[in-house]
Amino acid sequence: MLVSIISLSSIGAASAIILYFIAQKFKVIEDPRIDEVNEMLPGANCGGCGFAGCRNFAEAIVKATDLSDLNCPVGGNAVMTDIANMLGKAAGTKEPQVAVVRCNGSCENAPKKVQYEGAASCAFAHALSSGDSGCPDGCLGLGDCVASCKFDAMYMDPVTCLPVIIEENCVACGACVKACPRNIIELRNVGKKSRRIYVSCMNTEKGGVARKNCSVACIGCFKCEKECAFDAITIKNNLAYIDYEKCKLCRKCAPVCPTNAIHEINFPPRKEKTEKTAKITETV
Amino acid sequence: MKTFQMGGVHPPENKISEKAAIEVLPLPQKAFIPLGQNLGAPAKAVVDKGALVKVGQLIASGEAFISANVHSSVSGKVARIDNVLDHSGYRNKAIVIDVEGDEWEESIDRSPAVIRECNLSSEEIIQKIKEMGIVGLGGATFPTHVKLMVPTDKKAEFLIINGVECEPYLTSDHRLMLEKGEELIIGVTILMKALKVEKAFIGIENNKSDALENLKRIAADYKGIEVQPLKVKYPQGGEKQLIKALIGREVPSGKLPLEVGCVVQNIGTAFAVYEAVQKNKPLIERVVTLTGKSVKKPANYLVRIGTPVNNLIETSGGLPEKTGKIISGGPMMGKALVSTEVPVVKGTSGILIMNEKESHRPLMSNCIRCARCIGVCPMGLEPVLLAQLSANERWEDAERERILDCIECGSCHFTCPSGRPLLDYLRVGKNKVGQLIRTRAKKI
Amino acid sequence: MDTLTISGSPHVFGGQSVKKIMYGVVIAMIPAMLVSLYFFGFGALRVILVSVVSCLIFEYLIQKHLMKLEPTINDGSAVVTGILLAFNLPSNLPVWIILVGALVAIGIGKMSFGGLGKNPFNPALVGRVFLLISFPVQMTSWPVPKPVFSSALTDAVTGPTPLGLIKDGLKLGKTVPEIMSDPTFPDYIQTLIGNHGGSLGEMSAIALILGGIYMLIRKIITWEIPVAYIGSVVIFTGIFWLIDPTYYADPLFHLLTGGMMLGVFFMATDMVSSPMSRTGQLIYGVGCGVLTILIRIWGAYPEGVSFAILIMNAFVPLLNKYIKPKRFGEVVKHG
Repeated sequence: MLVSIISLSSIGAASAIILYFIAQKFKVIEDPRIDEVNEMLPGANCGGCGFAGCRNFAEAIVKATDLSDLNCPVGGNAVMTDIANMLGKAAGTKEPQVAVVRCNGSCENAPKKVQYEGAASCAFAHALSSGDSGCPDGCLGLGDCVASCKFDAMYMDPVTCLPVIIEENCVACGACVKACPRNIIELRNVGKKSRRIYVSCMNTEKGGVARKNCSVACIGCFKCEKECAFDAITIKNNLAYIDYEKCKLCRKCAPVCPTNAIHEINFPPRKEKTEKTAKITETV
Repeated sequence: MKTFQMGGVHPPENKISEKAAIEVLPLPQKAFIPLGQNLGAPAKAVVDKGALVKVGQLIASGEAFISANVHSSVSGKVARIDNVLDHSGYRNKAIVIDVEGDEWEESIDRSPAVIRECNLSSEEIIQKIKEMGIVGLGGATFPTHVKLMVPTDKKAEFLIINGVECEPYLTSDHRLMLEKGEELIIGVTILMKALKVEKAFIGIENNKSDALENLKRIAADYKGIEVQPLKVKYPQGGEKQLIKALIGREVPSGKLPLEVGCVVQNIGTAFAVYEAVQKNKPLIERVVTLTGKSVKKPANYLVRIGTPVNNLIETSGGLPEKTGKIISGGPMMGKALVSTEVPVVKGTSGILIMNEKESHRPLMSNCIRCARCIGVCPMGLEPVLLAQLSANERWEDAERERILDCIECGSCHFTCPSGRPLLDYLRVGKNKVGQLIRTRAKKI
Repeated sequence: MDTLTISGSPHVFGGQSVKKIMYGVVIAMIPAMLVSLYFFGFGALRVILVSVVSCLIFEYLIQKHLMKLEPTINDGSAVVTGILLAFNLPSNLPVWIILVGALVAIGIGKMSFGGLGKNPFNPALVGRVFLLISFPVQMTSWPVPKPVFSSALTDAVTGPTPLGLIKDGLKLGKTVPEIMSDPTFPDYIQTLIGNHGGSLGEMSAIALILGGIYMLIRKIITWEIPVAYIGSVVIFTGIFWLIDPTYYADPLFHLLTGGMMLGVFFMATDMVSSPMSRTGQLIYGVGCGVLTILIRIWGAYPEGVSFAILIMNAFVPLLNKYIKPKRFGEVVKHG
């Protein structure tokens, strides 16, 4: 009995001493502020900041002298200001953003001409052909973006075959933007009262060709550009683009679009021409 | 009889058009000649809208290092230079020509006489091949002149001619070997001269005994050409598999056949080289097999480049009812076409029409880890593992497991009892890993 | 024109399916099943039917109600598990024990890991070993075979397996030749055709070998695992037999008894729970063989096949990770 007590305690003591020295030898001196910053971050490890994970981002924050380029899309400006105050640095502010799907090629608007069969991967379908509808820039509907979303902010609409973004959940981490092989998803500023106007099309083909495949394609007709009083709309490669920094949300462009390619989100319904806009907000 | 050892499968051969002699297809009304018909950079158009062109006239020049010239395959007027749906499933730049008559460039020798002598030097031959826009006709469409330019630190010992045609259904190479044997062998001697090698092997699978005998008989009169029968096994037509089968050398992972002193050319390419060098004829037409179980008249056509696939189908009795899939190439590696308007290009070896029943994949179920895909992989890879890594986006691990060695032969998916789309995921993985490696190279 | 289908190559397929493979295995098990019916009659039929039907029902219920999936019971994998489980049970086992075994095999052995293809252990063996440990008395009282046409014995008579006879005899201080020369001890011919005590399916070595050859010809299994398994058993037991034939039984005896053939051809080769690469399969087979004999000679149980295979199953992920097939172009040869 006594022997076993002694021998066990001595083994324990010896191990403790060895462990102590090993811990000393391999001790890593780390800025304690990294842990503190890490604690303040949301801990989603989404990679939206451009770093591999929250801890890497915390390291970068502590190291950096200027925080204006560093932003955590999940925590937003509030978290960044807190961190900056704690570290005594100046925080940069960034407009909150949200993901926007820039394609309205639903099964109805862009009818299927061929039938894709194979792995449920947009990346593969993109390499194989221009897709079921024939539009080379349109949504393939296989949900690579939904699979990439870590915040339950997306789902595939079974009726339209298009991804839908749940705004309340979207933190603009950009995972879906990277996942989409056709760059259909864009991060845009949330805007006043969450109101946004954008061109829901990515097709750069000539108007006639684009229309053949999809009834709501942007045909690059310049009508919206002429209508815009703020130079917010540019047309390049037969495709209009609305700059969200310049757009004043005056809503003048949407009614002139002959193909209903310009979408308005979260606006109150228009008084006149209710039929047309109702259709648009419905699809949104 | 020789063959390669590792993996391989035996899909049903279905060579239903092997008895049909090569027929000349009537000229189309409009030719759609894509600018990017080769692996590498597309050619740049050198004619404008409204220009009158003759058969064999240069209409687009391949300026990049890996690129090939494109010649007009018809005579007439350039209607437009526009995006046209091609075999890639996308709309790409092509020259559209309204066909008027059939007027050829005078420099082209159209007589049937066989010219045996070739007094050009190696450099002159390669230059000629480059001018005539010859690309590999097996399907990969790699510009032939680039393949013939041996870097100074490497030495070519053997020329390997691929007459295997291991894809089921296809018979265009088979018919060529039967009907144009003499020209073809001369083409081989020209290629040997260009490469400065003394020895050439022609590998032919023994299901084409008539072609084998024909070439053997003709090659007996030429020095250094050996016709070698091979045991039927897919994918024997893969460069690395063919070299292994013929001379027993294994091309190291990630390297070119030149590493083991070999240059591989397709049998169709040898014929095109003969026509280019001896007859001054650019690559403007090729033999295309039109086949399928439901096709009324399976045939081998001599088709002008740019002819819509529809013309071939019409000549063979029209599109069969209940067609489910149209494939450019063979059923193992071919590409499904999205429309019959797609033009025939330099790499089109066949058009396979499948009916509704044949054209769907078997239903997918859970992987039962039977390891059959590993057993049949001719590159000794683990397709099941690679597909998993690719689906989980573990690109670095996939690279370590040599995903880039995959030759996309499709044996894994062919043999999978659970019908899993292994090759789909492998392709995605190869793409992504390739991108990763390129960005890594840029950073350094 | 109908809508064209677009998919990646290949566009033709080999026509193999999970169903074909599984029913191929079932066909291969028919000879052994017939032998068991001949020797145990109604008892065997009862065990097989209860086992197969309960496996199917459990799989259906779990897939439908617990996993909320489309049930896939017609792929045949549950049938294979059911028959294999029955093969490992004595013919007089009460129905409720069979049901427990089927539930453990399907529920814990297979479905808890995610269903077909995801189980690390052979489900039938999981069920069998669970029963063996939980109900040792019922699981080890084997009825003496009573051919259908003979009236010499009654159902109630039970007796141990040949391996059990040897183990008990050695404990009593007898030598192996003495035990074997006992008139009630089955000779080689009897062990070959299956006229000895034991579980349903392990009886007749020859019927099992027939099934194994059928599967090899149909390419349902590959030769690596059976050959490595049998080879290692022969070498390992051969060495001991040569050292002391009075204490250790000879290799042929080991091969023909204790469900060795059942394990070699039907359980070790289960594709889900065996390694992928050929080298891995060889190592796995040798491991199974060595472990079987270790358990048989020094273990508490007279039979070791089930335990050996289950233990080796646990090594399969490791073998898959580190034993890779030879890649093309790895060794540069100049001819």
